[in-house]
Formats: sequence, C-alpha cells, structure tokens
Amino acid sequence: MQIKSPEFKQNARIALEDVNLQRALGNLKAGFPQKRAAAVARLPEFDQLRDEARDLKNHILEHLDLYLEEFEKNVVANGGTVHWCRTAEDARKTILEICQDQDAKTVTKGKSMVTEEIDLNDYLEKNGVTPVETDLGEYILQLREDHPSHIIAPAIHLNIEDVADAFHEHHKRPKSNDPAHLMREAREMLRKHFVAADVGITGANFLVAETGSTIICTNEGNGDLTQTLPKTHIVVSSIEKVVPTLEDMTLFLRLLARSATGQEFTVYNTLSSGPRRPGDQDGPENFHVVLVDNGRSDMVGSEFQEMLRCIRCSACMNHCPVYGAVGGHSYGWVYPGPMGSVLTPQMVGIENAGLLPNASTFCGKCEEVCPVRIPLPKLMRHWRDKEYEKHLSPTSVRSGLSVWSFFATRPKLYRLFASVGNRFLRLKAGKKGRTSKLPLASAWTDHRDMPAPSGKTFMQQWKEQNR
Amino acid sequence: MSKADIFNRIRGGLHVPSDDSARRAAVQARLDARKRNLIPQRAQLPADELLRLFIDMADEAAAELIELHSAAELAGAIENWAQENGIAHLVTASDEQINNLEWSGNGTLVREERVAQVGDEASLTSAFCGIAETGTLMLYSGEESPTTLNFLPDTHLVVLRASTIVGPYEDAWQMLRQATGGSMPRTVNLITGPSRSADIEQKLQMGAHGPRRLVIFLLHGE
Amino acid sequence: MASSRSRVGLFVTCLADMFRPEVAFASVKLLEMAGFDVEVPERQTCCGQPAFNSGDRHDSAAIARQTIEAFDGFEYVVGPSGSCIGMLHHYPELFAEGDPWHQRALDLKSRAFEITSFLAQHLDTDKLSSSFSGKVTYHDSCSGLRELGIKRQPRELLSKIPGVQICEMEESETCCGFGGTFCVKYPDISNRMVGNKSENIRATGADTLLAGDLGCLLNMAGKLKREGVNVQARHVVEILADMANTPAIGEAAIGEAEKRS
Repeated sequence: MQIKSPEFKQNARIALEDVNLQRALGNLKAGFPQKRAAAVARLPEFDQLRDEARDLKNHILEHLDLYLEEFEKNVVANGGTVHWCRTAEDARKTILEICQDQDAKTVTKGKSMVTEEIDLNDYLEKNGVTPVETDLGEYILQLREDHPSHIIAPAIHLNIEDVADAFHEHHKRPKSNDPAHLMREAREMLRKHFVAADVGITGANFLVAETGSTIICTNEGNGDLTQTLPKTHIVVSSIEKVVPTLEDMTLFLRLLARSATGQEFTVYNTLSSGPRRPGDQDGPENFHVVLVDNGRSDMVGSEFQEMLRCIRCSACMNHCPVYGAVGGHSYGWVYPGPMGSVLTPQMVGIENAGLLPNASTFCGKCEEVCPVRIPLPKLMRHWRDKEYEKHLSPTSVRSGLSVWSFFATRPKLYRLFASVGNRFLRLKAGKKGRTSKLPLASAWTDHRDMPAPSGKTFMQQWKEQNR
Repeated sequence: MSKADIFNRIRGGLHVPSDDSARRAAVQARLDARKRNLIPQRAQLPADELLRLFIDMADEAAAELIELHSAAELAGAIENWAQENGIAHLVTASDEQINNLEWSGNGTLVREERVAQVGDEASLTSAFCGIAETGTLMLYSGEESPTTLNFLPDTHLVVLRASTIVGPYEDAWQMLRQATGGSMPRTVNLITGPSRSADIEQKLQMGAHGPRRLVIFLLHGE
Repeated sequence: MASSRSRVGLFVTCLADMFRPEVAFASVKLLEMAGFDVEVPERQTCCGQPAFNSGDRHDSAAIARQTIEAFDGFEYVVGPSGSCIGMLHHYPELFAEGDPWHQRALDLKSRAFEITSFLAQHLDTDKLSSSFSGKVTYHDSCSGLRELGIKRQPRELLSKIPGVQICEMEESETCCGFGGTFCVKYPDISNRMVGNKSENIRATGADTLLAGDLGCLLNMAGKLKREGVNVQARHVVEILADMANTPAIGEAAIGEAEKRS
C-alpha cells in the first residue's frame, strides 16, 4: 500500500470538507463509545481486568521468544506448520508459495489487518491467485478498490449509498438502499466463493502457546467459513499475539469485545488447532501459521515495547477526537488513530510518518480507554523526541522553539518579552478585548479570535503592588 | 533463518543472559499452572442463578430459547419447531445424544446425518456446555460433530443440557480438558447468538454469513 | 487547613501572566483564604511543556531544573492550570534515575498541585462567598482530568456559591482542540474540535463557560466570540474568588460593548 502519511495535513483538510465522509463518521461517534461505556458499566471488575491484562502482556513480552517456541512446538504436534517471517516480503512470499503448492486459483479471506500491513492482496493478485474478502466491510471495500479506514469497522467511512452503488455495479442486480437487503445480497454472492476457494486465509486475535491454537473473534461467521471449507487454512498473525494458556486468552477475551464494539462477547470465538483429524468429516487438510515480525522484534526492549501490548480493539480510535474529525484514511497507511500514530512510524519510518505522532493534543482519552493501558500519548511523545533528535521536525518549529527556550531559561529577559508581547496584544485589540487578525498567527486567527490580555502582565502588577 | 533472526532481535532487546534457565522456568511454571486470572463475580453464582443468567444472556445475544423438561421431549419439540417454521429438511450431527432421539416421524421433516452444504435450511448439533457469563455455547469438532453444521445452514439448532452450564469460561476449559484427555479438538467454537454485522453505517443487521437464527433447546432435567 | 501558615509558591503559568492576571490574583486570594502565605518566585517562567511535547528534551530539562530551583523550600507549589501542573508532574521523566535532579523532580512533583484540587483539600469551603450569579457550564480540561484526576473538585467548590447553577454540556470531557502547539500545527483539525465544543456549550443555554486552564479557555472563548455566541468565558477561580466583575476573556472593557452596539 502506498504510504500517504506525509500528506496527513492535506488528507485531513480534504476529509474535513468531505460532507459524505463527515456524515459517515457521525455513525462512529454515536456508536462504539456509548456501547463500550455501557458494557464497562456492567462489569465492575473491568478496571482490575485491565491491570491484569497489562501485567500479563508485560510478562509475555519479557518471555516472547519462549512462548513463541512453545506455540510452534504445539502447532507442529497438532499437525500444522509454522512459518517465521522477518519482513512483509518474507510473509507475502511464504503465503504465495503455500497457495502455489495447492495450485490455488482463489483464496477466501477473513478480516485481517496484518494482511493489509503486508499488502497481501495485491501481491497474490499479481501472481495469479485471486483473493476474495469475505468480511462484509472488507468485501465492500474490495469491490470499490478501497482500503480499510478502521481496524474493526473497515468501511466506516462509507454511507449506504456507496455500498448500494458498489453492489449494483458488481452484482448487476436492482439497486437497493436497504441494509438488510444489501447484507442478504452479499451473503448470497459470497456463498459460492466460500465453497470454491482452494485456500482460506484468516488472521488471529491470539495464539495460545499451551495448545498451539489460534483464535479468531468475529461476529459475521465469515472467518469460520473461510477457515473450515477450503482444503488449506493459512493463519497470518503478528508475533506479539501469543498468550500462555487458555485461561490467559480468556482474560483478554473479556476485555476485547467490550472495548471494541461494546458487546459482552463476540458472536464467534473460534479456536483452531491444526488440520482435520482422522475421522473428521470436514475442516482443512492443511494448517499453516505464518508469523509476521515486520519490525516488532525491534520494539522489544525499546521505549516502544508497551505498544506490543495492543490487542487491536480500536477503542483508542473510537474515542479519539482527531480520528473522529478526519477519519482513518487521512493517516495515510494501514493503522489509523492513536495506535496507528505509534505503530506507523515504526513500520514505515519516522521520516515518512512524523506528522502522525504530532497530530495529537495529548488529550489522553486513548490511554483512558485502552484495555491494556498502553500510554499512547507517552509513546507518541517518544516519536516526537526521535524526530527532534534526528532533526526531522520542521525548521520553523525548531527555530521557534529555540528562541522561546532562550527566553524561558532567562527569567528576566522572559519578563521583558512577556510584557512587550502583552502590550502589543492589548494595543492590537484596542478596546474590543480581542483581535481577529494577528501577524504570524493566522493559524489561530483564521478560525477564532485572539482574546487580548486584560491588563499588564501579572508579574508587572505583582511587582507594582510591591508584594 | 528468519526464526533465528527474530529470536536474536527479541533476546537482544531484552538483554537476555546466555543462561536463560530462570526465564524458561518462569514460562514453564505459567504454562503448567494454567492459573486463572480474575473471574468476574457475575460468573460465580449458585447453579440455579447461573441457569437464569445463561438464559438472560443468551436472550440478550438474540439466541432463541426453547426450554424442555427432559430429553424425552426433544425430538417432538424439534419436529414441532420445524413444522411451525416451515422447515422440511434438517442436517444433523451424529453424536450419541442426537442418535438416541426418538423421532415420531409424523410430519414431513427429512433428516440427514452429514456435513453441511450451501443451501441447507437448518442443522442440529449438541453443545458441549453452556457458559452463563455471556450466554455462550461451547461446541467442538469431532467425527460425529462436523464444524460446518455450526456455520453454513440458515438456522442452527443446538441442544444444551442444563447440567452442563458453567459460570465462567475457565470452568468450560477445565471441562474440555477433562473430556478430551487434555488434547485440543481441531476446533472449538464459542457461539453467542446468531451471526450479525454492523459494517454498513454501523447499523446492526442479523444474519451475516453464519446462521441467521440460533435456537437453543435447553434440557432442564439433563 | 494550614496551622502555622505554610508557604505556598504560586506557579503563575505563562498564560495567566500574559493574558489573564486576575486568574493569578484570584488564586492568591483563595490560597490566603485557605490560610497560606503565598509567594511568587521570581525565577519561574514557563513549565516547559511546549518543548517537552515537541520532543526537545534538552530544553525541557533545562527549564525543569530552573523551575525546581525556583520552588525549592516551598511546602506546596500551586498553579491555576491542570496542564502546567501536569507538566511539573512529568519532570521526573526528564532525568535518569540516579541523577540527583530526578530525586528533586520527584520531590517537586509531590508538592505540586492544581488550584481547585488543592482548595478542595485545604480550604474551609464555608468561607467561599461570591456575588456571582448565573448558569455556568464546565469544560474538563484534558490534562487536569486525566493526569491529575480533576473532575469533582471544581464542581464541589462551585456548589458552595449560591448563585451558580451548573448545566453540564455534552462531552464535557472531550478535548477542545487547543493542545498547545497542536492548534497552530493542525489548525483545521483544531478548528473542527473547538467548533464541536462551541456547539455543545451553546446547547446548554449557559451564559458562562468555566474551566481550569487558560489555554482551553482562550481557544474556546476565541471561537465563541468569532461565532458571535454570547457566552462569557472565565477561569473557575475568578468565580470562586468573587472576582468576576471584570470583563470576561476576550470581552470588551465594560461599557465598550454598549458603545459599539
């Protein structure tokens, strides 16, 4: 996927003026946050579970290699195969090779952000394998040659008319604006793909080391059909998703749905442990797990390690006022919102994604709702530190800061500077108490007035009062 | 190659000492202990309250519940249900509970033991247990219980014995380990209500790709 | 209550110093009412947040050292801003453990309080008396709310003023879009956020907007004025100290408004 993160500001400006996008984003605001709040209110232990989940994730990350080793051992014992992929390219190649071994013509896919991250669909297509997305949102996007703008509600940027148009064009059926009708149509259209596919590819929400199982959590059931019907099931997962035991997985399941959609539990939580067993009448004959690193092992032990606790619930973006204003595509790559602003610089380079960790007021709402208590503002600030260290921040910012720091570390000069500024602003405002235009401050005054100081600086007045 | 490379990076990042026996011991201990994490109070109730909770939560998840006194009523109840709902064909699992059903044969319901196919109207399977915490059913795959039955048909009928209802998921994992001698079945399905999606404008629609209806026959005396 | 008149160092904050001296005066008045001796150390400037949030840790640390020294010896350090006091609480992150400054930063952190939370703990609220009367709505500024847990304290204090009627706005905990340099680095997004805020404020029918941080207040007041909304923005301490007889933030001097209309 082309990286458009450097154009974040332009993307955001366009998004803010896009009436249809803004209408669609309105659905988000009224949905997930309220449902999450209701679900949290029903579970008094929620915050305690978050503490335990944070601690458990920390333990896992400190022993990540060993839990992965245990996971692999048990996948193999179950008759499956584990493939280790250091880079996105390794992962793409590995998956294609498995498909080619099966002479696969079509693969069905369950929803998986890591396959977006490694840009799998384009690659398969170019190599003669047709991927078919089966999650309703992803299916709509595939018809529109579009990309997800949200990690669990991929088509949140669309309105029903967009879906109706896409279906009408591709299905050649009479147009309908009824969501129930559209869903029935998608169900019908995808049935034949589910059955015809040679390979099914899903992601994984967790990997259970104890049993060598992978688990997917879905509401639609598409992931289950994707992994049960074809001859070969490929699970694509990033390495940090491993958990020790079923009990440990359960801790995260209690948090995941509530944090994500505000459901008590996702409709289908399905564990897969290897291929079809002797006597089984259905299920895949081959079971592959493709483990993707793609920069994550470099985060272990770094100031960004805590990001690896992420369970991809989307609560951070659902509650983010910036995401809510500009939508996911503005971020210009796979992962949007606060979690994306931390992950994207790691994966595509801070030189490409520096605007993302800066596009936050540090309001802290993301950290407040994160089920594994990732200090997202702190991690975004770490990216700003790196950017500053590497001299990547804009010159205007750097020079402005150094002038300001020069004064801030010299109290007497600072006083003088403040009183001059104070006087200037008061003069500019005259008797109106505010000004609507200020030199060099159009970013402020284009949208709002600048209140004028109500009198001399406090320090001046305090001194004059001789206190 | 990749695996060694990834492990080197992880170990380098963690500054793992060359003797990592303490780390290995910590991992083994956690794996062996299968320690339970915090279990919500909600899931720790007396049996009768758990049953009530299961019913309420399953209802909330939009599962349909048909309560029966015993297994003896089951075949008749399914036949009635089929007739009332205009279902002429039922694909079934072949486990003992389902094999032992005494069908009246009245009416027109045709039954078939096989895996599910596209176009199947309804399937009948047995739940391994119920989890009261969220009104969840646990089913697992085996020779007699193909997984496709749980996902392909339009309606999924599930038999659940009240005695198998547990409070938290953790109790279900423990029961599962006991039942399978500690090895995981190929697939375990935790199912909470029928299929749904809110991918179009965040408006919830029931019946996405899995069953549109989930009907639980709850056997109280069993 | 302070027994033998403990010393409080007032952390003025740049914005109170520059834009709204009455906020600092009101803070002094309230702290004295609570029985403290208030001093204003000369060496203080800014808390350093603009540098800290821009990744400039070197200058942040220099400013932190200066602030730590400026407030040495005070039993408490109190400021009329959750954001700036929150920044003081970040100081330990700027120094490596083992660095003597780290310990001094921790020490400052333990003594540094935002004004409403400090008053809620130390002021006999029966002493509060204010002639202010009106329908107010309260914006919870992010840093105060999430870093320092300030939510009920200003409301509790306001509840002691008979003339105050609080009308809560929708999303009072949602960021107003100020965010320090954010509002000028990402003006379009900031504008959308403050626009939403203005709508929520307007919908309450309140005549006064209160908050505990001047950054947010300047942003919201500027937007309300630009939109021609007749809501007066003030820092909460102005009401608590009975000092709301001056023009509100961004308002013309008294008499000027009438002259123009």
